[in-house]
Amino acid sequence: MNNQKTKCVVWDLDNTIWNGILSESEDVTLIDGILGILKELDNRGILLSIASKNDEISARKKMVELGIYQYFLYPQIGWNSKSDSIETIRSLLNIGIDSFAFIDDQEYERDEVAHAFPQVLCIDALHINELLQMDELHPKFITEDSAKRRLMYQNDIKRNKIEESFVGPKEEFLALLNMKMTISQAKPEDLKRVEELTIRTHQLNSTGYTYSYEELEEVIKSNDQLLLIAGLEDKYGTYGKIGLALIKCEKNIWTIKLLLMSCRVISRGVGTILLNYIMKLAKHNKVSLQAEFVPTSHNKMMNITYVFSGFKKVKNNEDIHLLQNDLNHIQEYPSYIEVTVENDVIKVDAYAK
Amino acid sequence: MEIKQKVRQFFNRFFKNRDIGDDDNIFELGFVNSLFSMQLVIFLEKEFSLEITNEDLDINNFKSLKAICDFVQSKMQTEVAK
Repeated sequence: MNNQKTKCVVWDLDNTIWNGILSESEDVTLIDGILGILKELDNRGILLSIASKNDEISARKKMVELGIYQYFLYPQIGWNSKSDSIETIRSLLNIGIDSFAFIDDQEYERDEVAHAFPQVLCIDALHINELLQMDELHPKFITEDSAKRRLMYQNDIKRNKIEESFVGPKEEFLALLNMKMTISQAKPEDLKRVEELTIRTHQLNSTGYTYSYEELEEVIKSNDQLLLIAGLEDKYGTYGKIGLALIKCEKNIWTIKLLLMSCRVISRGVGTILLNYIMKLAKHNKVSLQAEFVPTSHNKMMNITYVFSGFKKVKNNEDIHLLQNDLNHIQEYPSYIEVTVENDVIKVDAYAK
Repeated sequence: MEIKQKVRQFFNRFFKNRDIGDDDNIFELGFVNSLFSMQLVIFLEKEFSLEITNEDLDINNFKSLKAICDFVQSKMQTEVAK
């Protein structure tokens, strides 16, 4: 059984989004109800893209004219195979191929994609009216960040264009972004996003532990666990909540059970800030600091983050590594970012006990 | 010798105008941020065609220019021995 939720739907254009074939007649019209479907998927935080065999300029012009162009990220319009187009979109979005769906009226195209990528959910354009009811297209959570997801990707595209044209050290570029990170203790309204992050994040995820909404409610009520959440924004807009840490606070010893960062901020040089904050907090409270790490095929970057922040392996419990930091060297936050801590350290003293 | 030159070039991209001695502990000097650490690992893997595993991720392998060069050298020898 495939339980995978779809993160991106890739659409054909001719006879799928619009009635008719653009290269034969300019006079194409939107399929009935398609606009509502696109808007609803967009609202659910499902990304949309295009794989169409068409003349790029006229197809793009038609999409703008029909008022749908802005819904699609990285539209692939040209003469490549549709599986190539999907692979291009996949690498640009940096998400797994098993989280893709593909809609086309042509059986040949669906077969071609299914042959190259059996994990892609291929849907006949005849069935688009059933789309919104499909389980795969119902994300487990729809949060404030979901509805903004497309916009956040579009902001990223803008940033990346500027970054590509910027010559000079990476840090000087980052300084131009005016990044601000806010670290706070998770509140009840953050918990849906917290659960969503634990499910969606694989690369910068220290243990892969997932927590249900109810468990998270217990966590924030308890006084021996600390749930921190980090948000990021820059001059182009917000990235939303992009990182979190769950810390078990026992007498004299704190253990980071889970540390994760959204892969969207990997190139922003902010991956260690939350960890540095926890280190400062532990030192301030005079407790020693440990972290659990569960290696997977995806999360080496998180191990790098720990090791280069001074964590050393102290124990291997089967699959779980236990790391420890002597807190002798704590890096300052990078100069290119402003860090604000919402709940000050003093309040958190209650956790030191 | 060549390994050291390449790693030093990589360092220079990050630590402008700072002379770093072979044995200087780059962590204690406060130079290490998340961009540096990720890019260092990616750089070493690409430049010297090696795979840095979770077992290799020990701060002692990366703490100074000399430590990095020794680590790369020994990794390259085990690669050849395979």
